[in-house]
Amino acid sequence: MLDFLKRPVETFQEFVLLSGRAFRNIFRSPHYADDILLQMDIIGAGSLFIVSLIGFFSGVVMALQMSRALATYGAQGKIGEIVSITLVRELGPVLASLLVAGRNASGIASELGSMRVTEQIDAMRALGTDPIQKLVTPRLIATAVVLPLLTIIADFLGLVGGYFIAATMLDITRSQYWSSAWQVLEYNDLTQGLIKPFLFAIVIALVGCYYGMHTSGGTQGVGRATTKAVVVSSVWIFVITSMLDPLFVNL
Amino acid sequence: MTPNELPAGSAAFPAAVIPRLPAESTPTVQFQDVCLSFGEVHALDHVSFSMNPGETRVVLGAAGSGKTMLLKTAVGLVMPNSGHIRLFGEEVTGRKEAQLFDLRARVGILFQEGGLFDSLIIAENVAYPLLNQHAIEQSHAPSEAEVKQRVREALRFVELEHTLDKFPSELSGGMRRRVGIARAVVTAPALVLYDSPTAGLDPITANTIIALILKERDLRNTATIMVTHRYQDGHLMANFRYNPSSGEIEPAASSQKTTRFLVMREGRVIFEGSQPELLASTDPYVQKFARPGSA
Repeated sequence: MLDFLKRPVETFQEFVLLSGRAFRNIFRSPHYADDILLQMDIIGAGSLFIVSLIGFFSGVVMALQMSRALATYGAQGKIGEIVSITLVRELGPVLASLLVAGRNASGIASELGSMRVTEQIDAMRALGTDPIQKLVTPRLIATAVVLPLLTIIADFLGLVGGYFIAATMLDITRSQYWSSAWQVLEYNDLTQGLIKPFLFAIVIALVGCYYGMHTSGGTQGVGRATTKAVVVSSVWIFVITSMLDPLFVNL
Repeated sequence: MTPNELPAGSAAFPAAVIPRLPAESTPTVQFQDVCLSFGEVHALDHVSFSMNPGETRVVLGAAGSGKTMLLKTAVGLVMPNSGHIRLFGEEVTGRKEAQLFDLRARVGILFQEGGLFDSLIIAENVAYPLLNQHAIEQSHAPSEAEVKQRVREALRFVELEHTLDKFPSELSGGMRRRVGIARAVVTAPALVLYDSPTAGLDPITANTIIALILKERDLRNTATIMVTHRYQDGHLMANFRYNPSSGEIEPAASSQKTTRFLVMREGRVIFEGSQPELLASTDPYVQKFARPGSA
C-alpha cells in the first residue's frame, strides 16, 4: 500500500548516507587540496561574472521599482535602506545560490554522471580511491567556501546598482545613499545573509553529487541527473530560506 | 581445490577467522554459490567456480548475461546478496570498502571502455594506481622517478610511449583500451580482469589487444579472467602464447591446459570446461559461442 513511498524514502536514505560520508571525510585523510582549489576556481571564479552581473542588475531593478512606491510617501531617501536590507537578507543569497545551482549543480551532476556511466568511478574504486573522498568532499568544501564569498560580491554590486539609480534618477547624494544603506544593517542581517548561502552551498554540492553518483542509463541518464540536480537544489533553496526566515525575522 | 572441497562451514565465518591456506594451494579466485539480483533481475544466479594462479578463464555470454557483474563482484565493486567470493584465499564478501583496497591492489582491471579518467593525461592515468593504492603506499611508496619509469615501461609494453602527454579523448578506442591495459598491469598484479577488451574494435585492433593480454599473461604468469562475446578471443587465449625471445605470438598446446571456458546465460554459469569440451557441447546456447566467427 505504501509502495509509492518506497522510492522517495530510499532516495532520502541514500542522500543522507552520501552526505554523512562526505562530511566525515572532511576530517579524514587523504585530503585532496588540489581538487578543492580546482573546484573553487571552477565554481567561484567561473561564476563570478554572472553573479556580479545579476547582483548589479537586481540592485538597479530594486531601486527603480521601489522608488515609485517610496515617492508616494515622499520617502525616496530611504531607497538605500530598502535595497540594502532586501539584498543582504534575501535576494543576494537566493539569487547567487540559484545561479550557482543552475551553473554548478548541473555541472557537478553531469561530470560525475558521465564518470559513472563510463565506469570511471568504478575504476577509481578499483584503483584504491574512495570516490566520495576524491570527488564529493572537495566539491562540498569548495562550494561552501565560495558561495558566501560570491554572495558578498553580489550584495555589494547590488548596492552599487541601487546607488547608480539613486544618483542618476532620484537625486540622492552619495553619502545619503551609502550611510542609510550601511546603518540600517544589523548583525542579524549579516548573519543570515552569510548563513543562508553557506547552507545553500551544502545543498547544491550534495544534491549535484548525489544525482551524479547515482546516474544510470547511459547518456540519457546523465541528462536526467543534470535536470534533477538543478530542479531539486533550486527547490530546496526556497524551502530552506522559507524555513530560516521566520527564525531571523523574530530575532 | 573446487568450491565443494572448502572446509565445512568455513563459508559461514567472516574473513578474519578463516585460516589462510598455503600460497601454492590457494585459488586465486573462488566463487561459491554467489547470487546477485537487482529487483526481479538475477544478475548472478548461484555462480560457483574456482581458478588457480597462472590460469586463464574465458567468460562467454550474450549481453546482459552477467559477465561484467561477475568481474565487478570479484573485486567487491558490487557486493553479492549471498554466497562467498575469495581472492587469493581472502574473503571479499562482507568487507568494508576501505578493507578491500589492499586486495584490489593485487588485481588489475581493464574496464569495457577503458575506464580512463578524462581529466588526466595518459601518464597521470597510468601512474594513478601507483600513487593512490594504499597497499603500495604502505609497503613501498615509489619515488617520482620510479613512478615515471614504471609508467614509461607500462606504456612501452602496450607500444604507446608517445602518448604520455595526451588526454584520453585524443586517442582512438583501441589506443584507449591499450592504455587501460597499461594502467591495469603497471602495478604487476597477480590477477588481471579484462571486461570485453575487444568489444567495438576492428579485427586487427582486437587481435592486437589479445596479443597484449597474452604477452602480459605469459611474461609474468598472471592469472587472467577475460569476459568477451567473441569466441576468437578465447580461441587465441587457449591456443597461443607469447614467446619472449622472438617477441611474437605463437601456437602453444600448453595454453590449453590452463585455459577454461565459462558460458553465462541470464546470470547462471551454464557451461564450464576446456575448449574441446566447449566445442563438443550440444547445448544450443553454448554452441552459439563455440564456433569461429560467433558473436
